[in-house]
Amino acid sequence: MIQLEHITWTLPSGEPLIQDITLTIPDGKMVVFTGPNGGGKTTLAKLIAGIEKPSSGRILLNGEDITQNSVTERAKKGLSYAFQQPIRFKGLTVRDMLELASATRLTTEQLCTLLGKVGLCAEEYANREINTGLSGGEMKRIEIATVLARNTPFSIFDEPEAGIDLWSFSRLIETFTDLQQKNAATLMIISHQERILSIADEIVVIANGTVRKSGKRGDVLPSLLRDERAGRCPLGKEETV
Amino acid sequence: MESKLQELLKQVSDYNGKYDGAYNIRSNGQCAERNSTEHIQIVSKKEEPGLDIFIAPHTKGEKVYIPACVTKDGIDDLVYNDFHVGEGADVIIVAGCGIHAEHGEASHNGIHRFFMGKQSHILYQEKHIGTGGTDAKRMINPVTECFLEEDAVLEMDTMQIRGVDHTIRKTKAELADRAKIIIRERIMTDGEETAETDFSVMLRGEDSGADLISRSVARGNSKQKFISCMKGENRCTGHSECDAILAENGQVLAAPALEASHVDAALIHEAAIGKIAGEQILKLCTLGFLK
Repeated sequence: MIQLEHITWTLPSGEPLIQDITLTIPDGKMVVFTGPNGGGKTTLAKLIAGIEKPSSGRILLNGEDITQNSVTERAKKGLSYAFQQPIRFKGLTVRDMLELASATRLTTEQLCTLLGKVGLCAEEYANREINTGLSGGEMKRIEIATVLARNTPFSIFDEPEAGIDLWSFSRLIETFTDLQQKNAATLMIISHQERILSIADEIVVIANGTVRKSGKRGDVLPSLLRDERAGRCPLGKEETV
Repeated sequence: MESKLQELLKQVSDYNGKYDGAYNIRSNGQCAERNSTEHIQIVSKKEEPGLDIFIAPHTKGEKVYIPACVTKDGIDDLVYNDFHVGEGADVIIVAGCGIHAEHGEASHNGIHRFFMGKQSHILYQEKHIGTGGTDAKRMINPVTECFLEEDAVLEMDTMQIRGVDHTIRKTKAELADRAKIIIRERIMTDGEETAETDFSVMLRGEDSGADLISRSVARGNSKQKFISCMKGENRCTGHSECDAILAENGQVLAAPALEASHVDAALIHEAAIGKIAGEQILKLCTLGFLK
């Protein structure tokens, strides 16, 4: 279980990006964070992973205060993070990366299983380098596979659907469902995708650095689909016209 | 077989008590064990130390292991190994070198030549490692010459893991029509180690091709030198890439050269030296690694 208590995060310029967020991500649940771009979702994920440190407030993992823990310490405590924009590693192959992630040598069968979960063929990808030769969608899937390889109790996926084709997307949905149901994993997924929202246990809407709405899927999703229309003006001025 | 030798064999050639295929284990300048198969004959040279390895035409799916290890101080081993690869053969050659020395100097100098017949394919895997005392000096200086006939393909995967104090690797290749060479080099140096690689590829044949990829890490006070020269004398493609990561006081000199004497020779080189990117470190931290 992850608990955020009065988390704030401000830019060096003093501008607040996260403003007094308090929420709980319960064990074994899939909680999908959604909301407008720039609202603070990725920042919140980075704060949980330890990539950013909050200006104030506490982060608890299963009751333990991890606010001052480094990224590595949190990773060792069972927290995984799939980046929104995966990092390329010239010279490292997909196999190397997945073996680093799982901290063990992987058999071809294990590689097939892992990569199959993200819609990639091990035979084709295991020995490919994680360099610019891979497309954005391929990188995204390998990034997700590194988190799956770690098989940790708590995983964060930042916009996992980005760049993933329609065919692989169904497989991804199955993978998230399996993770949660079979492995009892706790998942924090940042997404705008209705299909991901529709498998969530809970939905949190983040906007302007605060929780605009949160609750069980059945309570949040219908109003979300009804209320959240795309404004033509990014500043929302059309509403006042 | 002594345990040090077994341990080195395990690290450089995935030895697990036996080899599956033809093999020759060289230990401290002597042949420790040898096995030939129906299609792969290993015989000692008469004029000089070393082996002639004959791979019969159209041999498929077999492996040849020719590891060489030094486990005693003061050994200066020199060996000439010639691979005669028959037309259409497709095999894997595993050739690691491990040196264990406690004090003084120990070295292995392997001179390998590949004579590759038409349409043959070789995957050559080589790992180098040094172990033992901190005041010993372990040296590995391989020289490789490759002659590829029409449509032959040579893939070389070389890796120097750690503990080799000084190495100079020289590789030369000459390619006939449609022949291809792919070289992937990985090297890591630390402490006061020095490593030098010198590649020379002559793309003589029409539509011949070369792909040379070097990845290295220089840590501590170690020094590396990367020299490559690719010559296109016909319609051909050549690509070389050198990526070096520096840590602490490591030094790397990269001197790639391209030379073309044919209007349809397409040669390209990419080189980069720098520290590991901050975002790469961050990703590794999320996997549980320390900075």
